[in-house]
This record gives sequence, structure tokens and C-alpha cells, in this order.
Amino acid sequence: MRFLFSENVMVMIMLGLKSMRGMLVVLFCLISTPLFAQLNIEIFGGGASRIPVAIVPFADETKLSQSITPVISADLMRTGLFRLIDPAGAMPHAPAEIVYADWANRGTSALVIGRVVPLSSGQVEIQFRVMDVATKSQLTGLSLTVPVTQLRTAAHRVADVIYEALTGDVGVFSTRIAYVLKRGNKYALQVADADGYNAQSIIEYTEPIISPAWSPDGTRLAYVSFEDKKPVVYVQTLTTRERRAVASFKGSNSAPAWSPDGSRLAVVLTGQGGSQIFLVNVDGSGLQRLSKSSGIDTEPNFSPDGRYILFTSDRGGSPQIYRMPVSVTESGSAERMTFEGNYNVSPDYSQDGKSFTFIHRHNGQFNVAVQEIGSRQMQILTNSKFDESPSFAPNGKMILYATEINGHGILSAVSRDGQTRQHLTVQSGDIREPAWGPLPKWK
Amino acid sequence: MRKLIGISMIVLLSACASQTTQPDDDETAGNGMGSGMGGSELMGSDSGRPSYFNQLNDPTSILSQRSVYYDFDSYTVKSEYRELVLAHARFLRDNPSASVMLQGNTDDRGSREYNLALGQRRADSVRNMMTLAGARDVQIESVSFGEEKPRTYGSGEAAWGQNRRTDIVYRGE
Repeated sequence: MRFLFSENVMVMIMLGLKSMRGMLVVLFCLISTPLFAQLNIEIFGGGASRIPVAIVPFADETKLSQSITPVISADLMRTGLFRLIDPAGAMPHAPAEIVYADWANRGTSALVIGRVVPLSSGQVEIQFRVMDVATKSQLTGLSLTVPVTQLRTAAHRVADVIYEALTGDVGVFSTRIAYVLKRGNKYALQVADADGYNAQSIIEYTEPIISPAWSPDGTRLAYVSFEDKKPVVYVQTLTTRERRAVASFKGSNSAPAWSPDGSRLAVVLTGQGGSQIFLVNVDGSGLQRLSKSSGIDTEPNFSPDGRYILFTSDRGGSPQIYRMPVSVTESGSAERMTFEGNYNVSPDYSQDGKSFTFIHRHNGQFNVAVQEIGSRQMQILTNSKFDESPSFAPNGKMILYATEINGHGILSAVSRDGQTRQHLTVQSGDIREPAWGPLPKWK
Repeated sequence: MRKLIGISMIVLLSACASQTTQPDDDETAGNGMGSGMGGSELMGSDSGRPSYFNQLNDPTSILSQRSVYYDFDSYTVKSEYRELVLAHARFLRDNPSASVMLQGNTDDRGSREYNLALGQRRADSVRNMMTLAGARDVQIESVSFGEEKPRTYGSGEAAWGQNRRTDIVYRGE
């Protein structure tokens, strides 16, 4: 496999944003090795409620190949939830060294301190604490030992711990995203860290790739490739690059979705007439038909408990989102979920199973919307023209989606309440079909 | 992978060529498969270039037309394309070793997967018309490219109309 593109792509994902008012525009320039890539992040939403936090450079971190605290600061800043307070020369590394009054005077509510301890055999121990300035007490603290090659990963874990301590929500800085990058006539399925670093091409072709879907354990991707001059569903293991055609039946094979236990895929096949949803084991065996309409049933998405599938169907005359039980005998009892407008497609469940995001067309625009399953209340979150493929962050706080600016495909992220949006652009090429990966196993 | 397929195709083709031509017939083989009238029957459909391609590619024949275009949000084969589809159906009926892939396409508005299903419906509408007119199911595979392989880029009805189509592609072409 080749690794084209990976050197100069920057994808930045904004994580875990809360409600904000007003407008704030931030321009980040980020350096990606070895080429320089410029990334434009616009944050719409005010900063009145941002948490003032100071991150003191960790003791001895400059001796490492990769400093820890700049990565943490960048992670927290991108959420738009925090305001970074300059330590102004104060360098405490242990609780006893903190002069709380000074930090309180600077308007700091939380303080992050720590140190790194290089160990033998290429390991590094990172010790850190999050201190509450008002109560002069420790909110949380942790020590982790990692190989020197994984310092960025470790920094994201530290940022997750800080985020959780200060917001009460699960952090998603340690997650990964998958997407398709199109440059010229080349298509690359890429996986990157949530902050856009470590982008790698998993596979690359001169034929289209669409619909990447993460296995629940984050080790594999299912996707649709047109390399055989027709859509075929593949499953590929990320570490070994080994892959297998899971659905390659006569006709079109598409729209893979993982069951929550990772054992089965829902796929859309056309061999029996129409586009219909089938279940198939991940090894390609045990095919059984699930949906039974005479029209289009596509874009299946499992509920987190594995009992239901949301899907798009035109059985009522226009594409709408339906829900059916994942049971061959009961799947006929599909229930219509969306009623506003005549084009609702691409459903994706939130992790708690209580809502789903989808694309809703109105006034000729295709926008990201969210609907509560219980109340059926729908909220439109964006105001762009051509939004596609919404994907919930595993903490349910953000939705990653594809959109278009000046004719170019870009990724964008919107907070669950629609109050905060970011546009995330690459220097050249079109980026599309995003899928937000699961929380790492240690979470 | 693609390279491997490409190489094995070449191996396969050269194997066919050597099977059906004697050493002293090399010149004939070099002159192209198209001249080997009876050759295609002997060699089967997956061997190089059967003679019926001459007929298919004759610019004066309706068979040289391979695209069916659609109205917005429609998968009905319009009357102006009926004769074209039926001509290909009759051709398939009369040439049982010939087979086609019907490739449905859509414009680029909306969900990629939903558009894939819409493109499939377009290809299926052509397939149904062909099987009714005597082509056999095994000769036809209808698939969809959705919005992924536009003939024309850009927006506006001129581009979109070009992309709402089904292409008839003969295997071995």
C-alpha cells in the first residue's frame, strides 16, 4: 500500500463545544511534517462562558522530541470552551509550589501542572494534576508511562482527562476520524487523529471510494470501493491493511453499517430487485434479507443497543427516515421517523441512542439536523447549501459532516446545539465522507 | 491488486491467442481478432474481441448509441430512448454470448448512498425493458455509480442532465 497525501493533509476537528453566544473567528496555522499546510478554522459562537485555564509547561518536557503541553493547549483551545491563561513566568510543577493568590488574581479557575520523567528502554512517564484555584485542591491527577514514539497520543489522553475534569463530559481528543480525500482522479481513504495529525492512506485508487464505517472497536473500516467497476463492500483491518470483499454480489453493494457487537454488517444489495437492506457476517457468510419493500431502502445505521436500524426509504413517495427492528421476522414493522419536508436522508444514531442526526432538505438547501427519538422534535443545525454524511462524535457533543465551500469539499463540525461551527479545510483536493471513530478501548 | 488482474488478463489473452492460432497463422492473429469471424464462437465470450463488436461499433447503427438520459428525479426510460434500448435487447437476444453492464448515474445533489440507489433504479429500468424484449437475465448486470462518476462536472441543468443517465457497456469492450 502506498501512503500518498498523508504528508500534507491537515484536518482539524473541533471537539466538545458547548453553547456560546456572539461570534469569534480564530485562525490557526498548523505545521504538518514535512510540508506546511494551512488550515482555516472558523469558530462561530461567543466565548462568554469559556473556562479560564492555565497550563504550565511540564518540567523537563523540552528534553523530549515532542513537548506535551502545546498539544494539550491546542486540543483544549480548539473546543472553544476554554480560555488559556498565560503562566507569565510562574512555573510550579508540584502542588506545594503553587501560589494560588497569584493565579486567582490572573482570573485562573483551573491550573494544570506536571512533569515528564524519561525512563530507560525508550519510555517516558508523564505525571500531571489539575488543580482548582478557588478551593486550592486537586480535581484530578494521573501518571502514565508511554513509549517516546507516542507522545502526541499521550498528550491527547492528558487533554481528555483535563476536559472531563472541567466539563463533566467524555473527551474525544484521543479518537480518530476516517474520510475520503479526492485529488485529481485519485481517491484515498484516510484515517487521521482527531486533531488531523498522523493522516494515513488506508487504500488509494483511481476509482471512487465512499461510505467508510468504523468497526465498534476501531480496528477495522468497512467501505464501498468502485475499483471493480461497480460498488463492492470491503472490510479492512487498519494495522495489517488486510482486506476482504464482504459483499460482492451481482448488482450494487453499498452502505455498510456495523452491528454494535462488531459481528455483522448491514449492507444494501440490489440483486433481488430494488435497493434493499441485508445482514451479513463480517466474513461474508450468513446473508439474510432484512428490509422488504419494493422501493429504495438504504443507509442503514444500528442503534447502540443493536435492536433497531434506522434507514432511508422512499416507500412513502419521498426519501424519509424509518426505523425497523433488527429481526428478520419483525423487520416488516418499520416505523416512519421523519415527517418534516420531502427529503430526509443519511441517519446516524447518537451514542446514547436517544437522538439521530441526518440531512434535511429545505428551501433547496441540504442541512444537518438532529431529531430526538422520544419527542420527535427536529432541529436544523446548519445553514449551508450542500451538507452530507453527518457523523456523531462518540461523546455526542459534536457532529462531523461534509460540506462545500467555493466548489470544494471540506469537512465541518457543528455542536449538538448548533451554536458553534467550524470549517476545516485542506490545502488542495476535496475531502468528504467523514466518519468519526469510536472512543479508544481504554476509555 | 489491479496490476495483478491486469497481468493475468494479458496472460489469459495471450493464452487464448496461442490456443486458437497456429505458429504460421501469426499474421492473421496480428491483424486483429475482429477478422476472425468464426473465432468468437470457438473462443467463447471472454476471449479477446468477438466479432459482434463490429456491429456494435458501427457508427451508422443505433447499437453504437449507448446512453439513456433521464428527466430530473425520474427513472422512466423516455420514449426517445425506447428504440435504442430495444435494439440492444434484440442484439443480446441474438448473441447469447454477449453480455452487458448497465451503469446507472445521477447528478450530484443529495446523499451519495441515496443517489447510488437512484442510479440503480435507472439501470434496473433499462434492464427490465431489455429482459421483456428477449435478453436473458444472465446477460445483464445492472449496477450504479450514483453521483460518483459524473460525465460532466459543475452545476446547472446542462451538467446535471448529462449525468442523469444509464450507460450500456458490453463486457470485453
